Amino acid sequence: MKKIALLLCLSIAFMSCESDDDNNPPDNVSVEFTFTHNWDGDNITNADFDQIQYTNENGEQQSISKLVYLISDITFTDSDGNSFDAGDYNLVDVRSNSNLDFTPDIQIPPGDYTVSFTFGFDDEDNESGIYLDLNSADGGWNVPEGLGGGYHYMRLEGMFIDNTSAEVGYQYHVIRANDNSTNPITLQDTSFEVNLGTISVGTTSTNVEVQMNVAEWFKNPNTWDLNVLNSVLMPNFAAQILMFENGSNGVFDLGVVTTVD
Amino acid sequence: MRFGLLIGVLFFTMVSCFNDTDDNGGYTGTPVTLEVPQIFEQNILPPVIPEDNPLTEEGIALGKKLFFDPILSADNTQACADCHRPENAFTDPRRFSFGIDGSIGTRNSMPLFNLAWNYNERFFWDGRALSLEEQIFDPVRNPIEMANTWPNAESSLQANNEYPQLFEEAFGTSTIDSTMVTKAIAQFLRTLVSANSKFDRYLLGQEELTPSELNGLDVFMDEARGDCFHCHGNPNNPLWTDNIFHNNGMDETITDLGLGGFSGDPREFGLFKSGSLRNLAYTAPYMHDGRFATLDEVIDHYSEGLVFSETIDPLMKNVAEGGAHLTEEDKADLKAFLLSLSDPSFINNPDFQE
Ligand code: HEC
Ligand code: HEC
Repeated sequence: MKKIALLLCLSIAFMSCESDDDNNPPDNVSVEFTFTHNWDGDNITNADFDQIQYTNENGEQQSISKLVYLISDITFTDSDGNSFDAGDYNLVDVRSNSNLDFTPDIQIPPGDYTVSFTFGFDDEDNESGIYLDLNSADGGWNVPEGLGGGYHYMRLEGMFIDNTSAEVGYQYHVIRANDNSTNPITLQDTSFEVNLGTISVGTTSTNVEVQMNVAEWFKNPNTWDLNVLNSVLMPNFAAQILMFENGSNGVFDLGVVTTVD
Repeated sequence: MRFGLLIGVLFFTMVSCFNDTDDNGGYTGTPVTLEVPQIFEQNILPPVIPEDNPLTEEGIALGKKLFFDPILSADNTQACADCHRPENAFTDPRRFSFGIDGSIGTRNSMPLFNLAWNYNERFFWDGRALSLEEQIFDPVRNPIEMANTWPNAESSLQANNEYPQLFEEAFGTSTIDSTMVTKAIAQFLRTLVSANSKFDRYLLGQEELTPSELNGLDVFMDEARGDCFHCHGNPNNPLWTDNIFHNNGMDETITDLGLGGFSGDPREFGLFKSGSLRNLAYTAPYMHDGRFATLDEVIDHYSEGLVFSETIDPLMKNVAEGGAHLTEEDKADLKAFLLSLSDPSFINNPDFQE
């Protein structure tokens, strides 16, 4: 990897000094991803936060006040089965517009690939405390050791109108499913792979839009009742499994792919 | 490492492509590298030191002298340290501080430590200062604090028989301006590092916690009880604050608009910066308006005193019942844990005394 980086930099160095008009195969390129968010098709931007304007599948009105989530291991697989993966991760914060664009730290030959990523961290990556930037983000993106440690996958928070008409907070916090009533603690990897399908990577630039439909977290296959499940969901093994099922069923979609050759 | 390589190669590129004219005219004193405590080094990102204000021995020494010197105030009676006292982890034990003319503010002073690790660089309870240097412009000209004007402060310093020489040593010029004053003080403030509490030593394997402190940590980290960690850090984020703004359920009617007063955004009315839980043993009273005189009152607030208002943070649970209703034992243990985050070596550090 380091050698590749060196070669790449050297090639940039040469290009910036000399004019290049050779006929070598096209250079390897990087691919940019843009994360967009909607509620059943209505775009979610900063102005939409903290407004009780969404009705979820179960019928409660709710707002979103925080939507921060982690994706990792964006993987490109070519038709010969070779896969390319920088092994890096990205923490998207929708309200503050941070990291909505992300370019994995890898250059690949232009061409067609099936593209996938992991929502959250799989067990191999989900090791307590080892990512200093995540420890520093948001006051600490960590999961308490008592719940198996590692990192949050998502913090989705807001208010909803409950069945007594009171406005109540909810914390839809997605982490690795854990049951600490057993000894030792029972852990189940509830990160999941999102397959975006086939994408053609151009010789000049490629941008891939990844869409999250937030309503889907409350919808399919499990209709989510915030009156019952609004709080203290991190230590709730069953709730984490429901989140996993909903998350891996149509929350993410491939959006617009923009390729420049 | 890869990044270093890239920089190196880019540098090489620049050198090979351009004739480099050395226009590094800026004088710098003796460079100082901020010593990063092991517990920070192992867990969190490096401190933020602005490129245009690197730490130097001369700058830090000058900043310290200015911090303790009433010369910056209109009538030579008040220093920064009057409202930011070393023995109180650099805050003021009075609920509201008095300005030079006895006028009283509406906010409690703030403790000053680990400021270089405030990655968002939002300072004051309401985040209205966007860098430490910018923050320091405020108290000098604030009518209810030092009530001076910057031109006046500059000429007092210029007329002093020591300062022109000290500015010369720190910044390469004896013509004093406000920017250099704020830079020097910011350098000193960035050296105020606190990372040697009992809990830090516990994390480093150097000291044991009592069963009560350990249970307090569990309460702190338990979503069903304290759930403090979603805003106030955790053992992997030993700053013990997120440096983010929230409404933690203190008032039904919001009078001080906090972050919203500065941003104008009604969704941010009544939001204040989460305070760090380090050094609570020295920083009473608590909250932006110093309303709680003791830690017990703070814990009671989160346990049964929460009230609803429009912008309350969704993390505040069971608001209709006032909170999680901790048991007396959990409350006592939570308090014991919180106190294990205090660092006596910080308030006694001779480098930080006048
Ligand atoms: C009269 C008392 C008083 C004096 C004098 C004073 N301060 Fe403060 N300081 C305060 C108060 C009160 C606040 C919080 C104000 C707010 O949030 O609106 C504060 C906040 C700060 C903060 C923000 C810390 C954070 O974490 O956001 C810094 C830094 C600071 N003061 C530095 C200084 C410096 C440097 C001086 C001298 C040039 C000074 N103060 C003089 C009372 C004072
Ligand atoms: C939603 C985020 C949030 C949670 C959760 C939270 N706090 Fe806070 N905390 C804050 C904010 C914001 C402030 C400052 C509020 C103000 O001054 O108006 C604060 C202030 C404090 C202070 C006073 C700090 C000072 O310097 O004055 C203490 C002590 C404290 N919190 C302890 C706790 C404890 C213990 C818990 C868990 C029981 C907890 N907090 C949970 C956001 C939070």
